[in-house]
Amino acid sequence: MKKNTLFKTGLCDGIPIALGYLSVSFGFGISAVNAGLSPLAAVLTSLTNVTSAGQVAGLAIMAPETGVLTLLSLATVLEMILTQFTINIRYFLMSLSLSQRLDRSFTLRHRFLASFGITDEVFGVASSKKEPLKPIYMYGLILLPVLGWTLGTLLGSVAGSILPDGLKYALGIAIYGMFVAIVVPPAKRDRGVLCASLLAIAVSCLIAYIPIFSFITSGFAIIIAALIASAVAAYFFPIREDEDGGDAA
Amino acid sequence: MKITLVIAAYILIMAAVTYLIRMAPFVLFRKKIRSRFLRSMLYYLPYAVLSAMVIPAVFSSTGSLLTAVVGLAVAILLAVFNRSLLVVALGASSAAYLTGLLLQLFQ
Repeated sequence: MKKNTLFKTGLCDGIPIALGYLSVSFGFGISAVNAGLSPLAAVLTSLTNVTSAGQVAGLAIMAPETGVLTLLSLATVLEMILTQFTINIRYFLMSLSLSQRLDRSFTLRHRFLASFGITDEVFGVASSKKEPLKPIYMYGLILLPVLGWTLGTLLGSVAGSILPDGLKYALGIAIYGMFVAIVVPPAKRDRGVLCASLLAIAVSCLIAYIPIFSFITSGFAIIIAALIASAVAAYFFPIREDEDGGDAA
Repeated sequence: MKITLVIAAYILIMAAVTYLIRMAPFVLFRKKIRSRFLRSMLYYLPYAVLSAMVIPAVFSSTGSLLTAVVGLAVAILLAVFNRSLLVVALGASSAAYLTGLLLQLFQ
């Protein structure tokens, strides 16, 4: 009964993420087919990767020009590995942060399984939970976003051309709205969170707009900004020891 | 067919790298970290990551700076009043869409 409720809570928390993903991955489906991938390849990419920036970069390696697919070579395989590593290394930090919030019932088997679904948004929602994370909640939270991401890719790859441009563009901001909704409420009551957030914004803008930093990819910019901001916030606003720490009774 | 296999191989490589990055900390860090500084840092990290992901990337998310700024402003306003994730996300999208329509009218 209680497990059932937790699973449902997870599903509910995942609905907005899934809806956001539906629109974002729709765009990925369109680009994948335009680049020369079959809808099946596009759908498989989304189902197995569940990540936006990494897939877009991967697409650019698989099909550098419209309709031109790359052959398999050591150089392109290395490029693919390095690119995915660079763009997705932020998940390492997210998983590390979440690993500190896991309930004792999170056995090794669950860790192998649930870590598959750690995305920016899943991470954001899971971090906003006060209680330790149980496996069944994480599965509920992950299920709909993965389905939404895959379904959106399918729809985009088979029917992308029918949506008007204005609507497509407007859907692009949905995912950012969700991030704002995760950060703003705790930033209102916790000065440490506010400090970390504003500092991260400042650093990421510096990296984005100052030309000498142009060699830094957007994936690395996020990592650098987040590490600096959270270190400064941790130094000036250390958390109380009872906060966030204790295992479930 | 050959191309399909090549694509399948690339997809597999992408998926493997991405999964390993996500899985390693979950499986390797099974104990609570003791350092208060590190624990504080990990507590603030999510908010820092999400903030850095939003700004400045959001400004190029809608194809026009103005629609993105209006969308972001509406999102922040709704979030200040503790609206749910879905309401904030759809509010931002609607605001950006309406701003886009208005822009077209006055052009």
